[in-house]
Amino acid sequence: MSATLQDILAQALNELANAQDLNSLDQVRVHYLGKKGLFTAQMKELGRLDPVQRREAGQVINDAKNKFQDSLESRKFELQNAALEQRLASESIDVTLPGRGHHVGGLHPVTVTLRRISRIFSSVGFKVVEGPEIEDDYHNFGALNIPDHHPARAMHDTFYFDAHTVLRTHTSPVQIRAMEAEKPPLKVIAPGRVYRCDSDITHTPMFHQVEGFLVDTQVSFADLKGVVYEFLRAFFEKDIQVRFRPSYFPFTEPSAEVDIECVMCDGKGCRVCGHTGWLEVMGCGMIHPEVFKSVGIDAEVFSGFAFGMGVERLTMLRYGINDLRLFFENDLKFLQQFK
Amino acid sequence: MKLSEAWLRERVNPAISTDELVAQLTMAGLEVDSVEPAAAVFSGVVVGEVVAMEQHPDADRLRVCTVKTGEQEPLQIVCGAANVRVGLKIPAALVGAVLPGDFKIKKSKLRGVESFGMLCSEKELGLAEEASGLMELAAGAPVGVDIRDYLTLNDNLIEVDLTPNRADCLSVEGIAREVSVLNQMDLSALPVVKAPITHSDELPVSVDVEEACPRYLGRLIKAVDAKADTPLWMQERLRRSGLRSLGPLVDVTNYVLLEMGQPLHAFDLAKLSGGIQVRWAHKDETLELLNNQSVQLDTDALVIADEQCALALAGIMGGSSSAVNDETQDVFLECAFFTPDKMMGKARKYGLHTDSSHRFERGVDPFLQERAIERATQLILEIAGGSAGPITERVSTAHLPERQPVKLRRQKLDSILAVALDDAEIIKIFTGLGMMVESVSDGWQVTPPGFRFDITIEADLIEELARVYGYNRLPQTSLLMRSELSKAPETVVELDTVKDALVARDYQEVITYSFVDEQLQQAITPGETVVRLQNPLSSELAVMRSSLWCGLIQAALYNINRQQGRIRIFESGLRFLQKQDELIQQKMLAGLVLGEAYSEQWSEKRRKVDFFDVKADVEALFALTGNEVSFVKSNHPALHPGQTAEIQSADGEHIGWLGMLHPKLEEEWGIGAQVFLFELDQTLLLKKKIPAFSPLSKFPSVRRDLALLVNESCAVADIVTHIKDCSEAAIQDIFVFDIYQGQGIEPGYKSVALGLILQDFSQTLTEPEIDAIVSRVLKKLTTEISARLRD
Ligand SMILES: [Zn+2]
Repeated sequence: MSATLQDILAQALNELANAQDLNSLDQVRVHYLGKKGLFTAQMKELGRLDPVQRREAGQVINDAKNKFQDSLESRKFELQNAALEQRLASESIDVTLPGRGHHVGGLHPVTVTLRRISRIFSSVGFKVVEGPEIEDDYHNFGALNIPDHHPARAMHDTFYFDAHTVLRTHTSPVQIRAMEAEKPPLKVIAPGRVYRCDSDITHTPMFHQVEGFLVDTQVSFADLKGVVYEFLRAFFEKDIQVRFRPSYFPFTEPSAEVDIECVMCDGKGCRVCGHTGWLEVMGCGMIHPEVFKSVGIDAEVFSGFAFGMGVERLTMLRYGINDLRLFFENDLKFLQQFK
Repeated sequence: MKLSEAWLRERVNPAISTDELVAQLTMAGLEVDSVEPAAAVFSGVVVGEVVAMEQHPDADRLRVCTVKTGEQEPLQIVCGAANVRVGLKIPAALVGAVLPGDFKIKKSKLRGVESFGMLCSEKELGLAEEASGLMELAAGAPVGVDIRDYLTLNDNLIEVDLTPNRADCLSVEGIAREVSVLNQMDLSALPVVKAPITHSDELPVSVDVEEACPRYLGRLIKAVDAKADTPLWMQERLRRSGLRSLGPLVDVTNYVLLEMGQPLHAFDLAKLSGGIQVRWAHKDETLELLNNQSVQLDTDALVIADEQCALALAGIMGGSSSAVNDETQDVFLECAFFTPDKMMGKARKYGLHTDSSHRFERGVDPFLQERAIERATQLILEIAGGSAGPITERVSTAHLPERQPVKLRRQKLDSILAVALDDAEIIKIFTGLGMMVESVSDGWQVTPPGFRFDITIEADLIEELARVYGYNRLPQTSLLMRSELSKAPETVVELDTVKDALVARDYQEVITYSFVDEQLQQAITPGETVVRLQNPLSSELAVMRSSLWCGLIQAALYNINRQQGRIRIFESGLRFLQKQDELIQQKMLAGLVLGEAYSEQWSEKRRKVDFFDVKADVEALFALTGNEVSFVKSNHPALHPGQTAEIQSADGEHIGWLGMLHPKLEEEWGIGAQVFLFELDQTLLLKKKIPAFSPLSKFPSVRRDLALLVNESCAVADIVTHIKDCSEAAIQDIFVFDIYQGQGIEPGYKSVALGLILQDFSQTLTEPEIDAIVSRVLKKLTTEISARLRD
């Protein structure tokens, strides 16, 4: 190798080592390997030599070029790595800082419960139906076998607009409207707001109920017990004890109140259950023949059951809420607990 | 109905504990509300008799008594009560006794004199709140007997919450009957002896309204001692049922009411003029009642009257002018049956509710009156003496409730209860409940007794069997139901989906009352007719909301008062509008936003929420349905005139409103921040367009930007509409990317920067083609709104 070539190579390797970024590295490459590069110029010189010398000298230049190229590649790799390292370092952040932008709101706990109830019943084919909240007294009372002046009316503390128009006191009128609109078989649940003229620690003038009913041929009290039992176990996600207690509603017969084993104390007795170990959670019964009569369903062919439950009560039991009035104060600190 | 357990057990006494008895009643449909002991816990107190008494040597107010307590030797007990005297029988607490409050009686010395016990007052035994001296026992009280036994204090007060159909259980006898059936025992009879008739005077009785009073019994009892003491046992039973002792005559009527469920009334004969009439009240007749309330009667009020005036509201309450008192000598005792459907609602109409009206409204046994009046007579004669006359009876058989046989079919029973009850058991249950049962080919004919008003159809009988047999013993099936595929309509978006979208956009759902304050409502929807409640709970909850904003604003204020500066809430529900004769109950979805656009955070600049933030939320909801809506500048009485949009469907239907609360209202309500509100008709909002595919172009799209100068009042939506009206098929999308006013733009004008995306379905658009389209668009805009290109 000629002294010149050796100098060029030494100089080139030195320049590669000194290149501090990919850009200057590329300039070094061009300076030596470009069309007018120093190695290229050396190759052009070969033309002046005889063939034997040309081959030898060519080999020497190529070796030098290869050395340069290897160095170039490894320097390039080094510089690429360094650049990446630098980017990684400069882009490091505190991942514990909170995310940016909008947070997520939430549903009212009553809605959460209504949705769960609807989902449980929808899964076995119950249809969700709604009705008016300002009702005529026929749908709210008369058609449900609650005649004028019946003591059961007094139990309802009704809000009136005039003698025959009321705020519905229960969701049962939807049962009447649904049976007027469609022929059996019917499987319906009717969630919604209901109103009673009463306000104290355990009563709000507005609350929510879910009414459900099923009409078909051959429906028995045993079916009612089965549905209620399975619903309550699904709702509380627990194998709780359920008992049926005879009661009275003008629109069902036989009628029952349903108690569950207290979910606060597992039936041992506490303040919530009045130390009885039981909590009343819903009313139900076989649809009364008079109700079928008022909607023109033949009680000799069809039978059915109906049930009704207080949504706030179920919500309170489910989440351990201890004050009914919280539901309608709409304090954000309360509502935000039910995401 | 509150009653003494001991009294109940006198009629039927099953070998079960109080807890078991109570559970049994509850599970038979007679729900027990509470059980309380009749007296506080104490022990070691016996009936004592003071046999000798001396003054304490060192204390003026103390006496040293010698008291017989049934022990061999009388005890020396020091006592300070004023009423202590020789011969008096009193409760004596012996050494070792424990009085209520864990107070232990020990041998003690009072001013040097030894005392071996304590003589007690009612207060000290926990029987009364206050006492003025020792409790005085009857002269015949047996010395040495435990006071708890003597006063039957080992008793419980059971309160039963009866459903309105079970009027037959509004008496000790009624509940005892149930207990006897549940335990398959006999009810011990209550022997009622007919009173000896010792005078023949009668008061004439005429019943003008037989349909309301089919049976009326009266009797004169003369020369009673109205000052006689009601015996302790009766006073105690009344007390345990929540009634005060008011003298022997009233006590006896109350006692029979509790015992048998028959209300009676005693009139003072001296205060009556002439015979008794049962009639409707005359118009505007007035009556002063026993509770000193004066009522003006309507002609549908049933009264007991004499020849001059109304004496009592029949079956509800007596009048003060004819009431018995301790001066009364001769009594006219009334025992009647008033029909429930003529009694319903009557007491309530006059703001009254009495033990008597409660029973008559629900139904008193129409065959009970004779037995009840004899029972009451017997007790009056025993306690107050006197002489009984013959019973005067007016009866209209035709108007007495009839007890028709009810058919129960075996097949129906089996199919409803899904179990085959044993024939013998069925007959036993019915018979125990006082029904007459006759077996017929396919079932039974069952005739209910007079006291059951609630057994008229087959279902009533099935319920009785189920109830006594036990609901929890009846079978339970796992649900086997016909199923059908659920429908999945695509033309409607579920409300839940929309609510979830709002939640995802940082809204919190609230639920507010459907009735609101009238003034608030008037401010929000001044033009709407108010739907007013007749009997609101308060003026803040008096009218039905005509807009969901009423409740949202109140919820916002509630939270502002609790240091919440950023509020994003929504509600769904009905609003109520009166349009001429039609009442509209419309499902709405509404929202309210105020405060910072974002909750305070480390990397976002703080800024207040504005119209367009909320508009984006509303647009996101419509994006779920795929329906195009337009926001039209408009006016609403509750909104800022410069920031109000009416939301319309493509067909021009009114869907709702979006805008800023009018600053005047914002100030009036002290909100202290700009409030943005929206309210949408749910039905229109949730209508979904079923998507229709449109083919994709294979050719490249190009973008052209236009900077237009337009009058500042020109709505951007109008510019876009005009461009669309050009019907240039190649224009695929139009969007606004800048609005500018200020330096470089002449006053009264604004610059609107629009981006147009152009694409053709059959070719790549050439520059000249694009220029041609853009110039056609510009020409249209120049013609329509005098728009020009910004230099
Ligand atoms: Zn409990």
